[in-house]
Amino acid sequence: MDILDYDFMQRALLASLMVGLVAPAVGVFLVQRRLSLLGDGLGHVALTGVAVGVLTATSPVWTALVAAILGAVLIELVRARGRTSGDVALAVLFYGGIAGGVVLLSLAPRGQATNLDSYLFGAITTTSPQDVVVFAGICVVVLLSVALLGQRLYAVSDDEEYARAVGLPVLGLNIVLAALVASTVVLSMRVVGLLLISALMIVPSAVAQLLARSFRQTLLLACGIGVVVSVSGTATSFYSGTPSGGTIVLIAIALFLLVSAGVAVRDRTARRRHRRRVDVHDAHPHEHGEDCGHPRVLHDDHVDYDHDGHRHAPHRTGEGVHYDEHGAGPVGAPQDRRTG
Amino acid sequence: MSDSRPAGPAAVELHSATIGYGDVAIVRDVDLTIGAGEAVAVLGSNGSGKTTLARGLLGLATVLGGDVRVLGAPVGGLRERGRVGYVPQRHTVSGAVPATVREVVGVGRLARLGLLRRLRPADRAAVADAVAEVGLADRLDDPVASLSGGQQRRVLVARALAAEPELLIMDEPTAGVDSASQESLATVLARISAAGTTLVVVTHETAPLAGVLRRAVVVDHGRVVHDGPLSQAAAHEEPGMHHHPPGREPGGYRQDQPTVTTRSRRPGDQEH
Ligand SMILES: Nc1ncnc2c1ncn2[C@@H]1O[C@H](COP(=O)(O)OP(=O)(O)OP(=O)(O)O)[C@@H](O)[C@H]1O
Ligand SMILES: [Mg+2]
Ligand SMILES: [Zn+2]
Ligand SMILES: [Zn+2]
Ligand SMILES: [Zn+2]
Ligand SMILES: [Zn+2]
Repeated sequence: MDILDYDFMQRALLASLMVGLVAPAVGVFLVQRRLSLLGDGLGHVALTGVAVGVLTATSPVWTALVAAILGAVLIELVRARGRTSGDVALAVLFYGGIAGGVVLLSLAPRGQATNLDSYLFGAITTTSPQDVVVFAGICVVVLLSVALLGQRLYAVSDDEEYARAVGLPVLGLNIVLAALVASTVVLSMRVVGLLLISALMIVPSAVAQLLARSFRQTLLLACGIGVVVSVSGTATSFYSGTPSGGTIVLIAIALFLLVSAGVAVRDRTARRRHRRRVDVHDAHPHEHGEDCGHPRVLHDDHVDYDHDGHRHAPHRTGEGVHYDEHGAGPVGAPQDRRTG
Repeated sequence: MSDSRPAGPAAVELHSATIGYGDVAIVRDVDLTIGAGEAVAVLGSNGSGKTTLARGLLGLATVLGGDVRVLGAPVGGLRERGRVGYVPQRHTVSGAVPATVREVVGVGRLARLGLLRRLRPADRAAVADAVAEVGLADRLDDPVASLSGGQQRRVLVARALAAEPELLIMDEPTAGVDSASQESLATVLARISAAGTTLVVVTHETAPLAGVLRRAVVVDHGRVVHDGPLSQAAAHEEPGMHHHPPGREPGGYRQDQPTVTTRSRRPGDQEH
């Protein structure tokens, strides 16, 4: 028996591929802005859209898209006003969204009673061929927007005040980002589910952050991780009979724990190796640098500072710079020798 | 330096300008004209309103009254905003996602490029040059969070330089920066000043930049209390000494000092 023999599985895997790629691509910006829960909130709002779709017998994907984008624009307008009440307004919108969705769905005539769980947590059998077409459209639009506007979105996420000072259209970019999040939420509706999509936006980025050194690396790595966990989770759910959304998110979290542990072990051994080197003498009165007066010596891929008969290599960590002992005496031709 | 320059529109023009946050006035009734190409220090004690004045020019604080013009246009009305560069006093290094020096400084260059244009090779070269000018060339691809505090300030200076602005507004660019880097900053500023860039530098330490900044504007309790050659401003910036223009009661400023300390939220704090 092959998993690809089933049409619904082909569609589910395709949808999971798209959502795995797209969710982290917008999620990284949310993490950067510390707005990790925006996706969650818009998932709530989208549920009202789903209910309206079910009640009016239109495609719930379209109505969810409209509701989520409206919600996104509203949220950014409220946030831009910057009043303390903004927090409350968001809560009202989010919980209003999910409450409205639940109540409206309960009003649906018996015959078309919908499985609420499948919208909230994902179910692989539910992706229709029309859904795949809409999803592909959303996928292309989101990826194109990130490719085109990514540098501006990064600028606004990194330092909103500076972006405003130099005249970037901050409100417009914020609305675009929120609308991209809303579209991603809808894209996730079949496979991951409205309540769990936020995890697929955030967790791959959290993993990538542990490993990457730049924003761009984080973004690309997060997308790769997203695809892997999303597709493997969907396949797993086929064999295990578990809901796809939960399965995907558990795999992502397992990966996060694994990588966190790996990084912790790596840092620990690196630190143990340092301690011996750091013992050579006390703290530095200055930070070595181009102009510090100590001769710079090339050592493999980095520069050591020749210092009273031994060499120091700057080592940057999250907490700042300290110096490692890299042996005694120069290894290569000393550059710009000056008195210390 | 400024006297030899052709008389174009002033870089900065304030006419009885009042600037503040919300409806609380912080800087009051300021008249100030800074000609194109001038290099001006803005001095004053903590809380006197220097940052507010600078932010008012950038549209980050509200102009509550009077007239504020930057490069000939009212605040917010300037079409090419990339012509104005800014080094903020504080950086909100979120640090959530790693970003390299190159990426942060690249944002400065973006300001020149309109909405859709991407950084081209020439822009990338300008970014690398700006980073080299603040002495961080070997840190281009390091995460900003791994830099020391003073180095991070130099990154912000590079971000502003990368835009090659006509008017550069810097809020305490030398705070926490070692003396070697202060000297090289002075060199860079001297160079761009000689090339015609207007400099407005908020600072507490005039010594490192004394060779560049000619004129000093001293702010005290939200008003300009001295405006003249930098060499004569020293007495005004001494902590605890408030010089008031003749005919003004000392302490008169204190009475109309807004009670802003009771405000618990600031506009910048809104995000969560
Ligand atoms: N965002 C804000 N909202 C309300 N009041 C503010 C805000 N920022 C500053 N203030 C108030 O405005 C006054 C002037 O502050 P400002 O930051 O302009 O001072 P400064 O001269 O730059 O001081 P420093 O030398 O400490 O940087 C202070 O009383 C401060 O409490
Ligand atoms: Mg200040
Ligand atoms: Zn040294
Ligand atoms: Zn040493
Ligand atoms: Zn080390
Ligand atoms: Zn070494």
